[in-house]
Amino acid sequence: MISLSAYLSVGAVLFGISLAGIMLNRKNLILILMCIELMLLAVNTNFIAFSHYLKNNTGEIFVFFILAVAAAETAIGLAILMVLFRRGKTIKVEKLNTLKG
Amino acid sequence: MPVQVPDLTPAVPQIYVLIMTCVTLLVSLFASKKHSAWTYILSQLTLLGAIVLTLLYFHHKSQVTFHGNMIVDHVSMLLTIFICAITFFVLLYSRDYIKQHKMPNTEYHVLVLFSTLGMMILVSSYSFVSIYVGLELFTLPLYALIALRRDSAVYSEAAMKYFVMGAIASGMLLYGLSMIYGATGSVQIAEVVKVISALPSSQHLIILFGLVFVIAGVAFKLGAVPFHMWVPDVYDGSPNTVTLMIATGPKIAAFGLVIRLLAETMPDVQLAWSHALMLIAVLSIGLGNIVAIVQSNIKRMLAYSSIAQMGYMLLGVIAGTANGYAAAMFYVLIYSLMSLAAFGLVAMLSRDGIDIQHIEDLRGLNERNPWLAFMMLIVMFSMAGIPPLAGFMAKIGVLEAVIAVGHVWLAAVALLFAIVGAYYYIRVVKVMYFDDPLQSTRIDLPTGDMRVALTVNGLSVLALGIFPGILMSLCQAAF
Amino acid sequence: MLTNYFPILVFIAIGIAVGGGLIIFSRLIAPNKPNAEKLSPYECGFPAFEDARLPFDVRYYLVAILFILFDLETAFFVPWAVVLHKIGLYGFLSMMVFLLILVVGFIYEWKKGALEWE
Repeated sequence: MISLSAYLSVGAVLFGISLAGIMLNRKNLILILMCIELMLLAVNTNFIAFSHYLKNNTGEIFVFFILAVAAAETAIGLAILMVLFRRGKTIKVEKLNTLKG
Repeated sequence: MPVQVPDLTPAVPQIYVLIMTCVTLLVSLFASKKHSAWTYILSQLTLLGAIVLTLLYFHHKSQVTFHGNMIVDHVSMLLTIFICAITFFVLLYSRDYIKQHKMPNTEYHVLVLFSTLGMMILVSSYSFVSIYVGLELFTLPLYALIALRRDSAVYSEAAMKYFVMGAIASGMLLYGLSMIYGATGSVQIAEVVKVISALPSSQHLIILFGLVFVIAGVAFKLGAVPFHMWVPDVYDGSPNTVTLMIATGPKIAAFGLVIRLLAETMPDVQLAWSHALMLIAVLSIGLGNIVAIVQSNIKRMLAYSSIAQMGYMLLGVIAGTANGYAAAMFYVLIYSLMSLAAFGLVAMLSRDGIDIQHIEDLRGLNERNPWLAFMMLIVMFSMAGIPPLAGFMAKIGVLEAVIAVGHVWLAAVALLFAIVGAYYYIRVVKVMYFDDPLQSTRIDLPTGDMRVALTVNGLSVLALGIFPGILMSLCQAAF
Repeated sequence: MLTNYFPILVFIAIGIAVGGGLIIFSRLIAPNKPNAEKLSPYECGFPAFEDARLPFDVRYYLVAILFILFDLETAFFVPWAVVLHKIGLYGFLSMMVFLLILVVGFIYEWKKGALEWE
């Protein structure tokens, strides 16, 4: 058996990677969308691990909701991305700098 | 064993809004172009009906339903009514703007209604699942709303920024919630409270760890320092009516989130989160007020002012007493009324190819339309906290609450920055009253009902300042 | 503690050995005489028309967006179907309400023409 702390470490590492990916990435918005998805998957790992160790399935049900909402979130993200691309012909993060002041 | 059927009656307003939103969508989808007014009428009927149903089905005691996932109490009742009423005004104010700027009518109304439904679910949720679903249902349509106006890349950029920040916020919040679930074994607030109070304080560590993430997520949603960077960009880059939407109802919903997640779920670790909130509140008040001074763009100025105002609201929550929560609630309700009027005016004057962007655009408003200038004057003075307006009573309430629990220094800092902040509100008044207008033609709101609505809106800020008793006692009854 | 996972490690090792081994052996044994003609991309005997790394047509994204939505919502159906005989009429009807809301979304997308390719 793998211990709970191992799962939680994986979750924490995934969460950290995704956060770093969002903060550091200056190139591509698609990568940011992926990082957001990864962040939610890190949370899912946590929920599943806790759910298994606590022997109650509330966490698993929560994961279903997170998955469904994450899908909606990604869909909206992609849609905004498409609008952005059609307008500016680029999806580079560093080009998102018209709003300042 | 068949599932026990929950009592659906407390959820009637939410169910009604859901059904009516679907009906609105289908009707406007199949109606011809000529009947596009029906979308507006149906949406407004939805919101009015929701207010009536909320009042009808309220029984003056807390009811928990949906297997402990939903609660209807004084807090949710009052917040729901305000959310629906404010969204009603938002739709009324934005009717002309969306026509002028050719935003898709059906989508605009339906997204606003879905967002409202999300807020209603959020303020009456009683478990982490419903909090999360409510939160996402209210924020996801807002991202889409911003990108709905396609004539400039600014809007999609603002939408993208809001989307990324909002997604990080909900990720953080969920991570915190997963920790709290792990420590307590439940996602229902009633259960979580019991488990936390039974735990010895030596085992609070994992809860405190989760709490840090929860606070970060909540601060993101409130737009408080140090998680405020999206606020000015999003306010500035959104179409004016969408800014109006973002600056009003969601603040109330975010307050509901704070109350449900911090005050109700974790009263036993109150000391820990109130210290974190103290830092957030002081930074928000300071930074919001100081940076707002140098802004020339009115939407950015109001954005920084909203950061500061959220800081003041948090003061009441920090106090952690029933009086404090009531004062914070009073504060957020009054704030949403004020920003409704301010952004409403900005949105309604943005017509015939002009978007009001800069404070200078309001030059000499008094000569061009004295009544509108007077309404804006009331709102600005109220935001600055000048008696006898509602904003003054709200500020007094939260300051009293923090002094009552012994944080006199906090009240002193808040007061100091309130005086600093008064400068930029009064500057708007100065521009409207003492600067010469660029054009001398009279300007006015597009239609009569908008004039009436703005007048009601502005005068309610005055009236609630002179007679705060009714709303104040409603807030106090809630806690 | 991790001994249960030893077979997986063995499996991975064998997989790498077989896959990598084949490449290395063919490199060592097979004759290797490249020229420009041989290395150019093969397109049915014609010279290559254009770069293979074209951006996707934006319409694929639309389909992808719609797919994600309807795909993941159906994830709720699997656990529901497994316990259907236990949850009674109320359980059945709540899923029908969920389905109805999805159908409203579907009608919207159909009517808006999001399903038309051209």
